[in-house]
Amino acid sequence: MAAEQSVQTPATAPGDTRIHNIGYRSYDGPRLGRGYARLSLYSQSLRGSYGLGRSVKSKVLPMLLFVVMCVPAAIMVAVAVATKANDLPVDYTRYAIVMQAVISLYVASQAPTSVSRDLRFKTVPLYFSRPIETADYVRAKFAALASALFILTAAPLLVLYVGALLAKLDFTDQTKGFAQGLVSVALLSLLFAGIGLVIASVTPRRGFGIAAVIAVLTISYGAVSTLQAIADVQGSGDAGIWIGLFSPITLIDGVQSAFLGASSAFPGGVGPDQGEGVVFVVFTLGLIAACYGLLVRRYKKVGL
Amino acid sequence: MIATESLSKRFPRVTALDRLSVDVGPGVTGLVGANGAGKSTLIKILLGLSPATEGRAEVLGLDVVTKGPAIRERVGYMPEHDCLPPDVSATEFVVHMARMSGLPPTAARERTADTLRHVGLYEERYRPIGGYSTGMKQRVKLAQALVHDPQLVFLDEPTNGLDPVGRDEMLGLIRRIHTDFGISVLVTSHLLGELERTCDHVVVIDGGKLLRSSSTTDFTQKTTTLAIEVTDTDEHPDGTRAVREALQARGVAVEDGSGLPGAGHVLLLTAQGEETYDLVRDLIADLGLGLVRMEQRRHHISEVFTDHDEQRDEQRKEAVGHGS
Repeated sequence: MAAEQSVQTPATAPGDTRIHNIGYRSYDGPRLGRGYARLSLYSQSLRGSYGLGRSVKSKVLPMLLFVVMCVPAAIMVAVAVATKANDLPVDYTRYAIVMQAVISLYVASQAPTSVSRDLRFKTVPLYFSRPIETADYVRAKFAALASALFILTAAPLLVLYVGALLAKLDFTDQTKGFAQGLVSVALLSLLFAGIGLVIASVTPRRGFGIAAVIAVLTISYGAVSTLQAIADVQGSGDAGIWIGLFSPITLIDGVQSAFLGASSAFPGGVGPDQGEGVVFVVFTLGLIAACYGLLVRRYKKVGL
Repeated sequence: MIATESLSKRFPRVTALDRLSVDVGPGVTGLVGANGAGKSTLIKILLGLSPATEGRAEVLGLDVVTKGPAIRERVGYMPEHDCLPPDVSATEFVVHMARMSGLPPTAARERTADTLRHVGLYEERYRPIGGYSTGMKQRVKLAQALVHDPQLVFLDEPTNGLDPVGRDEMLGLIRRIHTDFGISVLVTSHLLGELERTCDHVVVIDGGKLLRSSSTTDFTQKTTTLAIEVTDTDEHPDGTRAVREALQARGVAVEDGSGLPGAGHVLLLTAQGEETYDLVRDLIADLGLGLVRMEQRRHHISEVFTDHDEQRDEQRKEAVGHGS
């Protein structure tokens, strides 16, 4: 019997591989509508921000930046464990400020990938010929980049936290610091994603987008920290604090030193107090909302 | 399927649509107009993406102003321009677009495989789109418009940039969308000739106004111009002239095909019916010439305009006649 079967198998195999034209089959399954479409766009964009589902080449930079972001945290943990230190060398809230160059680079490279591609290859009209509306597209893209940034900035904090617990540092202390750090990077992710997307959505050219995002982030930070230093030298610390409103990273710094127990990176280590901090928070949230509004307006025009 | 009622769209400088009222039934409908006639504007309004200045429009019985998302769930759209990212494969792209239309992941994969096969993309569908030929890209564009099994699909200039073979294949595919898939089609083109063969109904617009809306058979009946080309023989060194003279002797009006390719060797004549074809055949046989071609000349959009102008002139003459 067994021999008979083995003879029969090759005889039927070619028949099985032949392509039959089975004709058109219509679809009467569920159509999940707008919310689902928005979610699909979100997950596709989020995966795309780390090069998943795209070419090998486009995975290199985001993955590299992710590693670069996490390695210092791992080293710090190793040091803390080896030296039996009482505290981590860097605060949770301070980590993103120290690594801001890497974060800026990530925004600059991924914001244009997220939106400029759709503009350049004119894929946007295809999205708008589907059940989603302009605002859905903007929300999905905004949320995706913010989530990608949150993963980038929260992962090293997680490394620090796990390391700190392994080093048997004080649990309550570390958990509080970790939570504050997470709130801070969440705010930072939203702000950076907004700024990056607004700039990138103006140009279909990816190169311009990258250059423009880097320019805006570094020039604003450079200018603000220089002015703050001058204000500090001249003894007008108050002015220095207000100048901090004008660059995204000092804005986040101001918010977290006022409310999240962070030590400020402002000159002299003096950040805004709680009263001034309210202005920083309002300014940050306002900026995020403004970015969203600008994006919606921009895509209303792009349309088809 | 589609109904518009004095639909107008005005931009600050141009009027794209001017009180357009058309009814489009099921089947394949051609929307013909010169570039800038308002075809794409009409599609945008019908998809609920661009508000009309005035008038109403319904697609599948749904109002375009209030039911945009519902319409877009049941309608497919293939844009005129390139719209494909080069660094993903056709499969990935179409699956993503299927999910954007609301299909669950598994259904999106199955429908994508089916649809790509139906439009004629096989092994190459796993390669990045960047390496595709124009014809293959057009097929991917068509596939993403069909993947969610819409009831109606808008195809904006689907034959643009294709060579004659690709053009014929695309037109055949469009025909099948209706006959085999049961999906109604609104297809735009600036060439009336190619739509004649594919469509059940043709709507001609110009300057945002409706010029004509009729079934294709009406158009073909009007197509009575024959183009003839013959060989030369030793007996008749200028075969074309010989035929022209013979035809004129029989009282048939003949024109030179000036402005056409091969002008001077092409004769144009107006066929009155079946007997004209027989007459031409017999004459040429009598002269001992070879008939290179005898074909119905395809209409170009400009001829519809000429017809229209003539009709208008006639109407005006009549009006004047009545007046006097």
